[in-house]
Formats: sequence, structure tokens, C-alpha cells
Amino acid sequence: MAATQFHFKPHNVGRWMVWGLYALILIVAPLIWTSSFSQTMLTQIGIGIIACLAYNILLGQGGMLSFGHAVYSGFGSFLAIHTLNLAVSGAWNIPVSLIPLIGGLAGLGVAAAFGYVSTKKAGTPFAMITLGLGELIWSMSLMLPEFFGGEGGVSSNRVIGQPFLGFLTFGPQIQVYYLIAVYCFICTVAMFALTRTPLGRMLNAVRDNPERVAFIGYDTQWVRYTAFMISGFFAGVAGGLAALNFEIVTAEVVGAARSGAYLLFTFLGGATFFFGPIIGAVLMVVALVLLSELTQAWLLYLGLIFVFMVMYAPGGIASLIMMNLRVAVYGKLRRLMASYLALAGTALTMLVGGGAMIEMLYHMQINAAMGPELQFIGVTLNTAGLDAWFGSVLVLLVGLALFELSRRQYALEWGVVQAEIEKEIKRREAL
Amino acid sequence: MSSSDMSQAEQPVASEPGRIPSKDQPANPSGEGSAYALELLDIKKAFGKSEIIRGAQLQVKAGERVAIIGPNGAGKSTLFNLISGRFGLSSGEIRLHGQRIDGKKPYEINRLGLSRSFQVSNLFTRLSVFENIRCAVLWSLGHRYSFWKFLADLTDANERAEEVLAMIKLDRRRDVLAMNLTYAEARALEIGITIAGGSSVILLDEPTAGMSKSETQRFIQLIREVTVGKTLLTVEHDMGVVFGLADKIAVLVYGEVIAFDVPDAVRADARVQEAYLGSVLAEAH
Repeated sequence: MAATQFHFKPHNVGRWMVWGLYALILIVAPLIWTSSFSQTMLTQIGIGIIACLAYNILLGQGGMLSFGHAVYSGFGSFLAIHTLNLAVSGAWNIPVSLIPLIGGLAGLGVAAAFGYVSTKKAGTPFAMITLGLGELIWSMSLMLPEFFGGEGGVSSNRVIGQPFLGFLTFGPQIQVYYLIAVYCFICTVAMFALTRTPLGRMLNAVRDNPERVAFIGYDTQWVRYTAFMISGFFAGVAGGLAALNFEIVTAEVVGAARSGAYLLFTFLGGATFFFGPIIGAVLMVVALVLLSELTQAWLLYLGLIFVFMVMYAPGGIASLIMMNLRVAVYGKLRRLMASYLALAGTALTMLVGGGAMIEMLYHMQINAAMGPELQFIGVTLNTAGLDAWFGSVLVLLVGLALFELSRRQYALEWGVVQAEIEKEIKRREAL
Repeated sequence: MSSSDMSQAEQPVASEPGRIPSKDQPANPSGEGSAYALELLDIKKAFGKSEIIRGAQLQVKAGERVAIIGPNGAGKSTLFNLISGRFGLSSGEIRLHGQRIDGKKPYEINRLGLSRSFQVSNLFTRLSVFENIRCAVLWSLGHRYSFWKFLADLTDANERAEEVLAMIKLDRRRDVLAMNLTYAEARALEIGITIAGGSSVILLDEPTAGMSKSETQRFIQLIREVTVGKTLLTVEHDMGVVFGLADKIAVLVYGEVIAFDVPDAVRADARVQEAYLGSVLAEAH
């Protein structure tokens, strides 16, 4: 048979450009954002990308909802920091740049042990087992201070031995960033490659229909187990990099909050597309670092956004992008612009009204000693008076009503546009 | 490489079904020395206290096409679930080419050369038609759980998948997601997944259920084409399909095979007429 029939594109130009762009962003990002604060964030984003992509091997590609993935990145962190301490003491002469791989092996090992139990099941039982294992490790971390470092954690120093090539000490943040960027790029490529292999495809098949997979010769448990170990390895690498970056590892890194963050932001980014978790990781660091600076109620806002996304855009941001990209390809995006503006405007109104109330509540609870007044986006609100409360409720309700109206209008227009695109596709097929 | 090679390879596959790789050639049963492709020896299955299969006995020769008929609740689908390893037996033996398969897992049975379809289409809904078929050929071509090879480079799997797509006439719907197929297309894909791995024994559970008369006719033809040289067992309600497809008919009543013979003999069988079928068979003829 003629090979052209298979749509093989081994030298797909578009793909090379995307990867080139990805590498370029990783390289130039710290040259654009040069402050040490932004470089810290970029470093964490690099780590987060690996962790969320690793998590999505389970969630998006394998349909496995894990509530305990911090166990694998966390073990990576601990093994890496202990290895680093061995290197510091001179007991083991391992290059610092390879220590994240030790983290990866730790993640792999722990995933091999725990995954053997959890991947025997799928669906809800699987989720429950991962939750249980996560809690188990969390409680163990308090009982075994020799390994987990107790309250204070385990700290170390990444600047050891002679500088590699005369300058590479991993002392300056920028050097650590580039180490992480290199790992991030290689891991992303490797995990993308996995989606193009027999195992990667069978993992999708197991996600869609595990029963049928058994009747085409595959052991579903083994497919899940292998994928689980691979995911554990990459999570461990991320953990190892985090250990190098912070030079301290505390028991938090195996905790449920961390596991929850992986789940939440992988979902927000979009589990159905490979690149979704990359968006999720950026959001994760921005939310955890920036949002928490902006407001004390940041977890509440995050929860609201999560609920909102689950309800209206279950495919995450990646699916929003891809759906609109399709509309744009057919040249119909402009027609939706007015609706998008209306949605954004009314959502902002809602946010202002709701935000004012949330901030006032928080102010009353936490900063009551500082008097009844607080600043909110340039306006002084008085929590003791009725005016501020009445005003913010009004803004919230008006925003809510207008948002619902524009959402309905938008849903109508969206439906029309989609129908037109379907028609267009049919027409092209018929040609 | 001559052009004649190419032109031969590009001929429609359906006209040349003998090319389908088979794990066991039916004319040459496996080394165990059994003349039967599939044997059910006194198998029983009880769910709790209710016994669904009560000592069913069936011996199918390699290459035979057998239709299993029987009234509702006779245990036809249960029988398929037992053979394919979905349920375990209560007692008895099942042999595939002389080798015992009862107690084995579905994937182990499939690897030994037995494949089944489902009454309700059981597809990989979020994968394309092509990916569905390709998944079904991977194991039989030895690609297993490999994560060091790219799918795009697996020429054998891709060619085989394209071949099956052409056989089930879904090549024009190659890149459509399985969940967006029409009912008849989904049924065809169901058959495609079943035969793609090249199993020598094929079980089809009501392949034409829910289809119109004309669709059914086309479908019987399709099934004939894709199962040439294989041992075929179908569960069927439609007598037209039974007589269109089967060399032999097995009549299952209350968990027992009360008759197993060529259609004319089964029709004449007094026990069958008495038990269940007389009127229906007379109508169909």
C-alpha cells in the first residue's frame, strides 16, 4: 500500500515550530522577567509543568483520578535532598545536575510499590486507594522524622565541589532556572512522545473502555500500572528539582494540599489536551505566589473559579482555546467578539460585587483591630455601615443577572456558529 | 519492486480475504491434535441459586459457522460471556484448539486466538475509527506495552488497520471519533475491532441487532467477507441471518444445547419443534 495513505507526517513543520517556540520561551523568559522574584516564579513554573504533565498521564490520558500524587513528587524531593546531603558530606560524588534523576527513580520506585495496589482497581476505588495512601504517607511523615525531617524539614546546600566548566555552581537562581528549564523541556518531549506510542494509545483505550481492552488482548491493570510508574518517575523528577531549588524539603510536599493542587490546576489547564497541564502549571504558580500576595481570601477565589470551570468549561482552558481556535479557523470568531466582551464585562461586575463582600468579611474577621474601613480597588469601604454592603450586593446581583443574560445570548450564537461549521465540514467532505 | 506488486497490494482487500493473518489456520488445527476449534464440555454456570447454563455441550470444528439460537433467557449471551472469559464457569471445561481456556482471563483467551463482539457496541468512544482498529491489532502484531516505539512507525500495524478499515467499509470515516458514528457504522466498527487481531475463532453477539432489513442484508455479506476461513459463532434472533450465515445451528434451551446440526436437520428435529422452534422455522422457510 502507498505510504501517503496513512497521513504520516514525521517531519511536520508545524510541530517543529511549536516545539521551537516552547524552547525559545523557556530560554528567553528569565531574560524578559529579570527580577529575582519573577525568576523564582519561573523556576517554580518549570517544576510545576513537569509535575502537572506527569499527573495528567493519569488523569487526562488514563482516566485515573489520583488524590495522592504528591506522594511521588514528595518522595522524589526527599530522596533528592538526602542524596544532596550525601554529596555535601562527600560520601557520594554525584553531580548536582543529576540529582533530579535520583528523585525520578524514587518516584518510580514508590509508584511501583503503591501503584501495584491502586491500579488493581479503576474509577472510584482507585481514587479512594490513592487518597488513603496519601494520608498514610502524610501521617508517616510525622512519625519518621529521620527521613522526613520532622517539623523543620530536611535542608541542604546545592553549591558543592568545584564549579563545573568553571562557572556552573548552581548557586545563582538563574543557573538553577536553566537546569530546570532543560529538565522541563526534555520531560515535556518525553511525555509527549509517550502519547504517540502503543502504550500511550492503549492507555487512552483503557480510559475510554477498559472492558473492551481486555478482549483485544491487553491486561488493563498492566497498562494502568505501567503508566502509573511512568507518571511517578516524572513526578519524582519534578520533586527532585524542587529540592534543588528550595534547598529544603518539609513534610508538606507529600501532603494532601499539594496533591489537590496538582488535580485542581491540571483540570483548570485542561486534562483533555496534552498542553493543558502546562497552562495549569503556570496558573498554579501564579495563583499560589501572586494571588496569595494580593488577597488573604485567595483560596476562596480559587475555589469559586474551580466550581465555575467545572460547570461551564469542563475541558479546562485548553479546550476553550481549541474550540475558539476552530471557530477562528472557519473565520467566525469575530461574530462572537461582542458576546465575549459582554461576558467579560458582566463577569467583572460580578467579581467586583462579590469580591467587595468577600474582602469586607475577611476584614471583619481578621483585621477588625485596624478599624472598620478597608481599601478595595481604590475605593474605601466601611464594613460598619450599610451603604457598602448594600452597594456590593447590588453590584453583584446586577452583574449576575446581566451575566446570565449575556451567557444565554452567547450560547445561542455559539450554537449557530457550530451548526454552520458542521455544515461547512459536510460540504467539504462531499467535494 | 515492480509495479505489479503495488497494483496487487492495492486491490480491494475484501475480494481477497484469504490474506488475513490467522493465528491458527483452520485447515491445520494446532499441535494439540484436536479436530475441534472450540469445545464446550458439560459447562454449568449458576448466578447465586439460579442456574443459567446447565451442562451445555458443543463441539465446533475449525472453519464452521455456527448460529446459536434459542428463546429469550436461554443463556445465549451468558454462554458467550463464559467462553470469552468474562465470567468464570461453575463447572465443566472449555477448550480452544484442544487447550483448556476456562479459568483464564479475557485477555489471555484473546491472545490464544478467540475474539468476541458485543451486543451493545463497545468502542473506544473518544478515539478515531482508525485508532480503534489500530488498538485492536497492536497485541497480535507483538507491539504489546511498548513505549519505545512510535505508532506512526509501526508499518505493519498501520497497514493492517487500513486493511481492516477497507474491509468494514469505514475507510471514508477514518478520522471520525467513534462516538460520532451512526448506529450501523458503530456496529461495523464493533465487528472490525473483533476481527482486526486475526483471531481464528470469532464470537459475534447479535451482530445485526437493531438494524433495518436492508442494512441487515448488507451486514450479513460483510460478516461473510471478514470471517472467511475462520470459525464463527453468532448469537442471532433473526432467522434470515441464521440461514444466511450458518453452516450449522445450535439450539440452546434452558441452558442446554438440545440440538446441533445442519439447518435442515435442526428444522426437522422433533425435539426442537416441540421445545421451541417449529412455528418460527416453518415461517422462515
